[in-house]
Amino acid sequence: MSILIDQNSTFIIQGITGREAVTMTRELLDYGAKVVGGVTPGRKGRDVHGVPVDDTVRAFTSKMQVDGAIVVVPPGFAADAILEAVEAGIKLIVVVTERIPRKQVAQAVEYAAQQGARIIGPNCLGIIAPGKSRMGGIGGSADATRRAFVPGKIGVMSRSGGMTVEISNALSQAGLGVSTAVSIGGDAIIGSTYAELMPLFEADPETQGIAIYSEPGGRMEAELADYMQRTNSRLPVVAFMAGRFMDAMPGMRFGHAGTIVEGKADTTADKIARMQAAGIDVAERIEEIPALLQQRLAK
Amino acid sequence: MRFYEFEAKQVLGKVGVPMPKRTFAHTPEEAEAAAAEIGAAVVLKSQVLTGGRMKAGGVLFADTPAEAKTHAATILGLTINGQEPAGVLVEERRKVVQEYYAAVTWDGRAKQPVIVFSDMGGIDIEEVAETHPEHVSRTNFSSLRPFSDYTAKVAVSSTGVTGNDLAPLTRIVAALARVFLQYDLTLAEINPIGKLDDGTFIALDSHMDMEEEARGMQRALLKELAIPDEDTRQARPPTPFEIEGAKVDSADTRGVAGRVVEFDGDIGLVIGAGGGSLTLFDAVRGAGGSPANYCEIGGNPSVTKASALTRLVLSKPGVKKIAVMMNVVSNTRADMMARGVIKGCIEAGRVPADTIAIFRIPGSWEEEAVKLLQKYGVEYVDRTVSMHEAAARAVAKIGN
Repeated sequence: MSILIDQNSTFIIQGITGREAVTMTRELLDYGAKVVGGVTPGRKGRDVHGVPVDDTVRAFTSKMQVDGAIVVVPPGFAADAILEAVEAGIKLIVVVTERIPRKQVAQAVEYAAQQGARIIGPNCLGIIAPGKSRMGGIGGSADATRRAFVPGKIGVMSRSGGMTVEISNALSQAGLGVSTAVSIGGDAIIGSTYAELMPLFEADPETQGIAIYSEPGGRMEAELADYMQRTNSRLPVVAFMAGRFMDAMPGMRFGHAGTIVEGKADTTADKIARMQAAGIDVAERIEEIPALLQQRLAK
Repeated sequence: MRFYEFEAKQVLGKVGVPMPKRTFAHTPEEAEAAAAEIGAAVVLKSQVLTGGRMKAGGVLFADTPAEAKTHAATILGLTINGQEPAGVLVEERRKVVQEYYAAVTWDGRAKQPVIVFSDMGGIDIEEVAETHPEHVSRTNFSSLRPFSDYTAKVAVSSTGVTGNDLAPLTRIVAALARVFLQYDLTLAEINPIGKLDDGTFIALDSHMDMEEEARGMQRALLKELAIPDEDTRQARPPTPFEIEGAKVDSADTRGVAGRVVEFDGDIGLVIGAGGGSLTLFDAVRGAGGSPANYCEIGGNPSVTKASALTRLVLSKPGVKKIAVMMNVVSNTRADMMARGVIKGCIEAGRVPADTIAIFRIPGSWEEEAVKLLQKYGVEYVDRTVSMHEAAARAVAKIGN
């Protein structure tokens, strides 16, 4: 099992004719993902590596089952693309696009929630169920992806796309492997937070532990800590906290759009304290994550 | 991007929020004339993009135009948290009987805007929330529907405000929520809202931040406020080194190689990407190293861009060596990065083997990168060496 996607998931790519999207399409097909269509207005009738292109999302959803959409359109068109996918009945939307103003993100997320759709991202690398399928550029070429993501028992959630791959690679090397890895996105407002994805991992028999990457800014770690204290989770969670140097630099933005220290709750010190109080182990180095998980799993 | 108080008040004025009579002055003479025009006691406030003005002596009171002139000269000559004032705001001084706090910001947990309101204004809201939680209300609202006033009423009334005070405070808070949505603000704050002895309310100070990504959509407002494109409004003004970094990044559209922030250390960093840079910066410091800069590379930048960034980092006085490190990459080509940093070293007149302390970019085209690095005698590590271990090895080399 895996969460969100498996080997049977079908999806389309919105913005498929863009340079990065063309590369991504090739990588996804090589990995065995079922890309059934692509949307770029005015490009109806073309194909990208054999994947048919049409003008609208409905052109695909009206004649086949489409489980998900990957949005890779420029920031000015991204919210529109998300709304089109939701309206067409797609229930899982991975938004890769960076720099979408947060009002538009919040509006799209609220509309998706009303329609029972889930958004992952924006500003993310996507989702991977190793050995089964992937949605988004996560891992790069199919070969590189197989190297970094060995199927296994740890669920990964990360505010950084790159660190999703780094941590998954460490887990794969240590023999633990990855059940599903989700690059949740680096923006201040994202479709799915750690705490919102936890119940899915909880329900997945393959997943036996969770590794997360977090950084300054926002209340997502506090929300996860609350979740762990509220529920009797069967899953041990190990977190890695980057950007500790930022605690002493309020008002400065580093890395992702959501990464800024404005108040005490934004600091890594505050987040670490909250997570530890909720029974989450916080690793000092990436290579400690597999070891800490192994210790917890052995108990 | 942050607005000055006088700009934030201009925005509030557009939606009818009552405020004291005021004039933005650039010189002591203008301040004197403004005080004479107002014809009453005034308060003079330094216009800087930082808090702590009062403590720093950037807010002074004057009873006469002559006193206003003297105070304005003092304020205009005063640097606050490293910032020179853009001018001084001269405002009529009103007698206030009670202060309130109102703000609208984004709530990442609810994924909606939130109104934060308190009947204990004028002081640090985080402190009030901790010591008097019953005096602070938090009220989420939808950004999908047009804003409706009842939400503001709920926010105000939740702190116990009622009677004749409820309607005017509701109007101010509703106006604040509307400008927040309309102008893509990430923070719209009035602190304090003052209740005057005649029972009316006015906004005394305001802080607004606009979303960086929305600058393009808010051109009309920025033009109205006379804020030019090159005015970045960062927490501290960019250094020449950082401005050069931005130029490197915008030179071509492929990938990111920039977002440079300057530090005082001796180890130059060519690192990526968003989360990887934060992790590696911590790792270098954790190993006892002293970074000369922060930067971000990602999204498969061109060789030209990588070499330009390398040259820039090496141009900083005191940089002994550079460390080239990334997390396991998805779409950045390790060979292009290797070519870029080697080219950058050579163009800077440095020997790559002596200059690049370590190269760690596991991922696509790694084999080609290794061949090139070996040819130039640069130490290379693969994914079996962790980011923290790679950083420690780089720091150890600087010590020599």
